[in-house]
Amino acid sequence: MEKQEGCDPARAGVEAAGQPLYGDPWYDALASGWGEVDGTGAPAPVVPPASRERTGGASEVYLEVQRSEAFQEVRSRYRRFVIPALVLFLTWYVGYVVTAQTAPGLMARPVAGSVNVAMVAGIGQFLTTFLLTWAYARHARLRRDRAALDLRWDTQELTRRLRGAER
Amino acid sequence: MTGHHQTLALLLFSVFVAITLGITTWVSRNRHGSAEEFYAGGRLFSPMENGFAIAGDYTSAASFLGVTGLIALFGYDGLLYVVGFLVAWLVVLFFVAELVRNCGRFTLADVVVVRMSERPVRIAAGTSSVTVSVLYLVAQMVGAGSLVSLLLGGTSGAARAWAVIVVGALMVIYVSLGGMRATTWIQIVKAVLLLSGSIALTVLVLLRFHGDIDALLRTAAERSGHGEAFLAPGLKYGGDWTSRADFISLGLALVLGTAGLPHILSRFYTVPTARAARRSVVWAVGLIGGFYLMAIVLGFGAAAVLGPDAVRKSNAAGNTAVPLLALNLGGGADSAGGTVLFAVVAAVAFATILAVVAGITLASSAAVAHDLYPSLRRRRAEPRGEVAVARVAAVGIGVVAITLGLLARNLNAAFLVGLAFAVSASANLPVLMYSLFWRGFTTRGAVWAVYGGLVPALGLVLLSPVVSGSPDSLFPAVDFQYFPLQNPGIVSIPLGFLAGWLGTVTSAEPPDEAKHAETEVRSLTGAGAV
Repeated sequence: MEKQEGCDPARAGVEAAGQPLYGDPWYDALASGWGEVDGTGAPAPVVPPASRERTGGASEVYLEVQRSEAFQEVRSRYRRFVIPALVLFLTWYVGYVVTAQTAPGLMARPVAGSVNVAMVAGIGQFLTTFLLTWAYARHARLRRDRAALDLRWDTQELTRRLRGAER
Repeated sequence: MTGHHQTLALLLFSVFVAITLGITTWVSRNRHGSAEEFYAGGRLFSPMENGFAIAGDYTSAASFLGVTGLIALFGYDGLLYVVGFLVAWLVVLFFVAELVRNCGRFTLADVVVVRMSERPVRIAAGTSSVTVSVLYLVAQMVGAGSLVSLLLGGTSGAARAWAVIVVGALMVIYVSLGGMRATTWIQIVKAVLLLSGSIALTVLVLLRFHGDIDALLRTAAERSGHGEAFLAPGLKYGGDWTSRADFISLGLALVLGTAGLPHILSRFYTVPTARAARRSVVWAVGLIGGFYLMAIVLGFGAAAVLGPDAVRKSNAAGNTAVPLLALNLGGGADSAGGTVLFAVVAAVAFATILAVVAGITLASSAAVAHDLYPSLRRRRAEPRGEVAVARVAAVGIGVVAITLGLLARNLNAAFLVGLAFAVSASANLPVLMYSLFWRGFTTRGAVWAVYGGLVPALGLVLLSPVVSGSPDSLFPAVDFQYFPLQNPGIVSIPLGFLAGWLGTVTSAEPPDEAKHAETEVRSLTGAGAV
C-alpha cells in the first residue's frame, strides 16, 4: 500500500493539473456510490503516458501501448489485486460448500445460543463478499482509474491520428 | 384462502401490467430504431439505475418463493443454496463487468470476435447464449404457471396454461416494442417493489420476535421437528454421497455461471463507461445481498411462525411459504391486513417473473439477431434491418418459451435454473476468460471451448436421472441413465476449459499477437469503447 494522505484525490489532481482532470463527458462524479466511500488516499502516482510518436497500422498502436510501461503498470496493479482475491474467495466458498457436505458435524457445533458454526460461516460468506466488493471498487478507483483513462486518451489519439494520415 | 385475496392480487397485478405497458409506450414514443437503442437502451443509464435493474434481472421468483420455501422446510440447506448466488457476483465484478463493457458492443460474441475470425465464433457463442437463455426462460415459465395455480387457487391445467401464455405474450410486447429501455425500467420498478415487500415482511417478522434473532432461530428449530439439525446443513442435500456431490456440482455452477449469463452481460452495455459498469455491480451486490439476507430471515420466519407442516400442506415444495407468512403477519386469513399483504406478495411475485423473462428474452433476441442471423445468412444485415430481425426473434423466442413452458410444466423450476447456470459456466465462461486473458488463444480454441462445454453439459443431463431411470424422471419407463448427478457442472465446466485449451494447442494458425494486444489494451483502458 502507498502512503496515504487525507486529501480529496479529485481536487488534488485538479489543483496539480490546473484543469479539469477528465475530458470524458461520461465521467461521473467521484465517490458518490454505495460502497465507494470517500477515498482518503492520495491519487495514484502519475504514470508516464505512452510514447506518442508512432505510425503504422492500428494493431501497431495497440502493440506499442501494450508494451508501454504505463500499461504494464495498470495491468499488474489489476492482476495483483484480482488474482489473490479470486484465490481467496474461491477457496473460501468451495471450502464452505465442501465442508457443509462432508463434515456436517463440525458445522453443527454451537457457537452462541442457537447460532452454530454453519450460521457464522454462511453470514461470513455474505460479509466477505461485501468486503471484497468494497475493496475492489476502492482499489480500482484509487489505483487504476486515472492511469487507465490517460492511456485511453493516448491510445485513441494515436489511432485517430493514424486514420487521419491514411486519408 | 378466500376469494378476497385472489381478487385483490389480480387487481394489483393488473395495475403492475398497466404501469409496465405504460412505461413501454412512453419509452418507445420517439424511438429511432437503432441497434444501440434497442439492445443497450442508448447506454445512458446511471450506475444506480443499472444496479437496481441488475438486481431486478437476477432475483427471480425462484429466489423469492423457492429459496424462502426451501429454508422454511429444510432450514440451513436453503441458506447454503443462496450463498452461491451472491458470491458469484465477485467473479462478475473482478473479471467481467468492466472488461466486457470496454470490449464488447451488445453480446458475448462481440467480446470474443475482437481477436477471432468472426463467423464460427459468432455461431458458437450465439448458439450457447440462446441455449442458456431458453433454459432459464423455461424455468421462469414453469415457475409462473405453478405460481398462478398456487396463489389464485386454480389448480386446473387451464389456469396454469393461461398464466404461461399471458406471461409469454407480455414479455414479447415489452421487448419487441420497448427494447432495452423498457426492459430496464420494468426491472427497476420490480426491484423496488421486491425490496420494499421484503423489507416490510422482514420488519414484521423481527417485530414478532422483538428483534431477537436467537429467539427466531430457536423457535424455527423447535417447530421444525428437527431440533438443532434444522440449523445445520444436511437435511435436504446431505443424504448419500451422490446427492452431496450433486450439491457441490450445483454450487460450482452457481458461482461460475452468473458471469456467463447473456442477460447479465447485456446489462453492462447499458451504461456509458466501464467505471459505471463497476459501480452498477457494487450497487447490485448491495441490493442482491440485502435481499438474500432478508430472504433468509423470511424463510426462518416462515418456519417459526407457520411451522413446516402448514407450509408443506399448502405446497409440497414450500413455494407458498412467503405468501402464507404474509397472510399470517397481516393478521390472519380473515383480516384486512392479511388480505392486503397476501395480495401484495402475490403481485410482487408476478412482477418478478415478468421482469426476469423480459431481460432474458431481450438478451436471446440479441444473440439471434446480432450473432446468429448475420453469420448464417452470410450477409451483413443493415442496422435498421437488424433491429427488425431482433423484434421478430423476440416473438419467435416467446413462442418457443411458451411451448416449452407448457410441455415442461412438470419439471422442477429450481433444477432448470441450476441447469442454465451449469451450461452458462461450461460454455460461456471458458471462452470469455480465455479470450480476455490468454495470449495464445485461437479461433479453433474459442469454438472448441464453447461446444466442448455445451455438448457435455447437455449430454450429461440427457444421461442423468432427470431424464430417465428413476420414478421422478421425464421418461420413467426407459432407463438410459449413466450419469448419477442432476447437475452436470462439476464435469462439464472443467471440460469446457479443457476443450478450449486443447483446441488452441492443436490449431494450425498461430495466435494473433496484435489482436491480443488490442483486446488487452481495450479491456483494461476502455480505448475505442463504444
